[in-house]
Amino acid sequence: MASSAAVPFWRAAGMTYITYSNICANLVRNCLKEPFKEEALSREKVHFSISKWADGKPEKPILRSDTPGV
Amino acid sequence: MLRQASRLISRSATAASSKSVTARAFSTELPSTIDSTFVESWKKVAPNMDPPQTPSSFMKPRPSTASSIPTKLTVNFVLPYASELSGKEVDMVIIPATTGQMGVLPGHVPTIAELKPGIMSVHEGTDIKKYFVSSGFAFLHANSVADIIAVEAVPLENIDASQVQKGLAEFTQKLASASTDLEKAEAQIGVEVHSAMNAALSG
Repeated sequence: MASSAAVPFWRAAGMTYITYSNICANLVRNCLKEPFKEEALSREKVHFSISKWADGKPEKPILRSDTPGV
Repeated sequence: MLRQASRLISRSATAASSKSVTARAFSTELPSTIDSTFVESWKKVAPNMDPPQTPSSFMKPRPSTASSIPTKLTVNFVLPYASELSGKEVDMVIIPATTGQMGVLPGHVPTIAELKPGIMSVHEGTDIKKYFVSSGFAFLHANSVADIIAVEAVPLENIDASQVQKGLAEFTQKLASASTDLEKAEAQIGVEVHSAMNAALSG
C-alpha cells in the first residue's frame, strides 16, 4: 500500500514529530532576551541514567546530566 | 457453546427484528441506549449471563453541543511547564496552523489543527494578546472550547531581534552546506523557525 499523503520534509528525512517539535522549541528559546533565556534554558536540562541489561544483570550505566555536581 | 449463541439468537428473534438489526448496523444514527431487542433475545438464550457490553457503554457521554452558538470561545492554552490560559472566555483566537492562519470564533467546526511556528493572538474585546508559538496542536471542540497546546510560547517582547537575525544567517548557511538528509532537515527547520520569528517581530 503506497502512501499517498504528502509527508512533511522532516518526516521524509527520518525525523519524528517529537524531535521536530523539540528542535523548534530549542531554537525559540535560544532567541529570547536575557532574563527569560536563563529560565528557558533551565527547562532544557535533563538528568538521566540508562543501563542495558544482559543475562538478567545491569551493565555499566550511562549517566547524562546537565546539572553540575551531580 | 457460545458459538451457537448468535445462530440461536437470530433463530429466536423474528425475521422483522433481525432485518431491523441489519438495517441499524448500516444506519448513521446508532441508538445511544442499549439495544433492547438484542438484550431480550440474549436473556432468552443465556438467562444467567449478562449481555455483553459494547465499547460505547464504557465511554463518558460527550459534552453536549449547545443548540445555539455560544457568544464566547473558551480557551485553554497550556504549555508543558505552565498553564498560560485556563478556561478564559474570549471573542476570537487566531492560530498559526500548518494550513495557514486560522481564525477561530465561537461555534467553529470541530477541528484538530497542527500548529507551525508563528503568532497566536487572543482577541478579547479590544485587547489583543500575541504569543509566538514554537509548534503544537489546537483542538477545537463542538461546544466552543479550544484546547491549544504548545511546547514553547513567548510574548513577542521577549524575543531578541539580533539573535533571530544571527540564527537566520547561520541556518541559511547550514542549509546551503548540508550533506545528509537529516542535516538538511535540521537546517530547514532552523530557517523556518527563524524566518517565522523575523516575520513576527516585523509584522
